[in-house]
Amino acid sequence: MSAEETHGNGSASAEVAARVERRWATIAVIIIVAMALLAAFAGIHRATMPQPRVETTDPSRIHLSGEFVESNLGSVLEANGNVTVRAIGQQYSFTPACIVVPVDTPITLRATSADVVHGILVQGTNINTMLVPGYVSEQLMRFTRTGDYLMPCQEFCSFGHEGMWGKVRVIDKTEFADRAKGGGRLSCVGQ
Amino acid sequence: MLANRKLILAHFWLAFGVFGIALTLGAWQMFIRSPIGTWLSNPELYYRSLTAHGTVMGYVFPTLVAMGFGYAISESALEQRLVGVRWAWTGFWLIVIGSIMAVIPIAMGRASVLYTFYPPLIGNVFYYFGVVLVVVGSWIWVALMSINLRVWRKAHPGAPVPLAMFANVAGSYLWAWTAVGAALELLLQIIPVAAGLKNTIDAGLARVFFSWTLHAIVYFWLVPTYIAYYTLVPRAIGGRIYSDTMARISFILFLVVAMPIGMHHTFADPQVGAGFKFIHSAFTALVALPTLLTVFTICASVEIAARLRGGRGMFGWIRALPWDNPMLLALAFSFVMLGFGGAGGLINMSYQLDASIHNTQWITGHFHLIFGGAIVIMYFAIAYDLWPHLTGRELFDVRLIRTQLWLWFIGMIVTTFPWHWVGILGMPRRMAYFDFGDPAIAPQALSVTFSAIGGFILLTSGILFLVVLARGMRAPQADAGPYRFAIAVHQPATVPIALNTHALWVALMIGLTLTNYGYPILTLALTEGTSVPAVYVGAQ
Ligand SMILES: [Cu+2]
Repeated sequence: MSAEETHGNGSASAEVAARVERRWATIAVIIIVAMALLAAFAGIHRATMPQPRVETTDPSRIHLSGEFVESNLGSVLEANGNVTVRAIGQQYSFTPACIVVPVDTPITLRATSADVVHGILVQGTNINTMLVPGYVSEQLMRFTRTGDYLMPCQEFCSFGHEGMWGKVRVIDKTEFADRAKGGGRLSCVGQ
Repeated sequence: MLANRKLILAHFWLAFGVFGIALTLGAWQMFIRSPIGTWLSNPELYYRSLTAHGTVMGYVFPTLVAMGFGYAISESALEQRLVGVRWAWTGFWLIVIGSIMAVIPIAMGRASVLYTFYPPLIGNVFYYFGVVLVVVGSWIWVALMSINLRVWRKAHPGAPVPLAMFANVAGSYLWAWTAVGAALELLLQIIPVAAGLKNTIDAGLARVFFSWTLHAIVYFWLVPTYIAYYTLVPRAIGGRIYSDTMARISFILFLVVAMPIGMHHTFADPQVGAGFKFIHSAFTALVALPTLLTVFTICASVEIAARLRGGRGMFGWIRALPWDNPMLLALAFSFVMLGFGGAGGLINMSYQLDASIHNTQWITGHFHLIFGGAIVIMYFAIAYDLWPHLTGRELFDVRLIRTQLWLWFIGMIVTTFPWHWVGILGMPRRMAYFDFGDPAIAPQALSVTFSAIGGFILLTSGILFLVVLARGMRAPQADAGPYRFAIAVHQPATVPIALNTHALWVALMIGLTLTNYGYPILTLALTEGTSVPAVYVGAQ
């Protein structure tokens, strides 16, 4: 078929082309709408949603007063049985470097950075958040099996970045409750 | 037809020269962090190298390719001598000076902030000035593309703008507006601190500004590739563009929806609220549309070529394609990589799925597959296609060209597939080395080794590419004739004004950016007490 022939029966073939195009465009739009609905459904139904509030904190003062002073870092058992973990990232470590939490318990991680941008990622889970200095990151978590998990810093934070690895130790519920009896903030640093 | 061959060649040689250097650095990086090359225990050198690799590959190389190709399109598609040649050379030299200015502090270890900057980390001020000069140089190109089209329109009132030029100008506008995000971050936030005028910076706000640039820049890298899909491939294999209208719609969609989606890069950031994350996620889904339209149109265009060559049957036509044609080979590889990379992109786009791979090696794998794979392989094809017209000599190493394309494809797969895998396992990115002695990390050693091998396959391919081009400069002279672009099956005699001009779409692009970015940026800028002390890199 030469170019002239293609043009010869132009209007008929143009119509076919337009129809096929429309059909394809419709399919493409349907795929995209379905994907967006799926994401919305997963977000609302499974409650995997980004943190709703933006909270700020002054990194040059966090070690002096407020939520992130050193004595307040680590895991604490709340009155309702939930656990809150507070941690900070700084070049090139996390405090506490080993986070201890109970299994099968709703946990709220609240963390921030003392200097540059860092990230917390717990391997083998969906726990993954940025630590931006000046802002508080909040992440809900829940572990279904005990054991040790690696927790690397996932964001470049200058030359020592590759050495910034923390750990999460998930232990038995009663063992955690035992250790939490005296109040205070728990960690597994040095254990 | 190409009057300014020297100008275009200068852009391409500089682009591919710096590409060769950055490629070597990349292969070296993968080698020393793999279990086969643990001899280097100096992360500082690694991050210098990483900063240089990213800055060249992200800013300098694709910008120069887009510019060189853009000048070639302007001259050949419009059949009009380039207006503003002197300005074009000025832009080129600004990029040369900017690149040198940026590379010196990088080499000295005073700017290891990677190409994404990461405030409050602050490097040497000349690094940022260098990047600004590169961008300013490219903005001259944007203006020239616009002016050249305007001159042509005056001479051809109402005529349909040739598709290649229509897309080229759309790409240049996209770039101009995309670069504004990083420009604001550099000029308002980083440079004052790097120059010592201030010592605090709002890192959260800076990340939002950067996300404005960081996603749409990918579509700027992509535009030359898509222009090649539509206007070079069908011509090179004897086919026709299935639909000129569909092509124009695709480029317009990129222009409009590529911009207001960058906040999906801040899904895990605490300074952006949930609402805007969801909006940007939905918009990101939308950019799949122009790509889906393109895949359809290009497959149909290729099928036309096959049927003109006597191909028959539902799938039998595929065999009738000229598989020894480098352009077709590049297209096929590009589509395969675009398919895998695009599927990964759909995963990144969803907040829920992103949580499992955010900032892991998966991301590195994803964008290397899209940019280094699907896009760069078409840059090769563009260079091969243009070279005879730029040099007046024939490219005779067709077998070598095929080998080069094959190696690039294999190298990219061997490099990026293991990255995706270890990313799912939670391996963080941007690590100078791993402690493979740790039993929890040891199982990933094999994957990292594969990536390193892939890196050397890519390096080999890159060297072959430069060899082919260099040999092409010394081949016997041959007249390649005028440089042509593919025409459509139904070449339009008139095009609706909306598909022939950019004003409406540029307005929409700016409007959408303002709605999707305006409020978050304003709230962050007005929130007190979020500026944090700068941390100077390499300062003693
Ligand atoms: Cu870190």
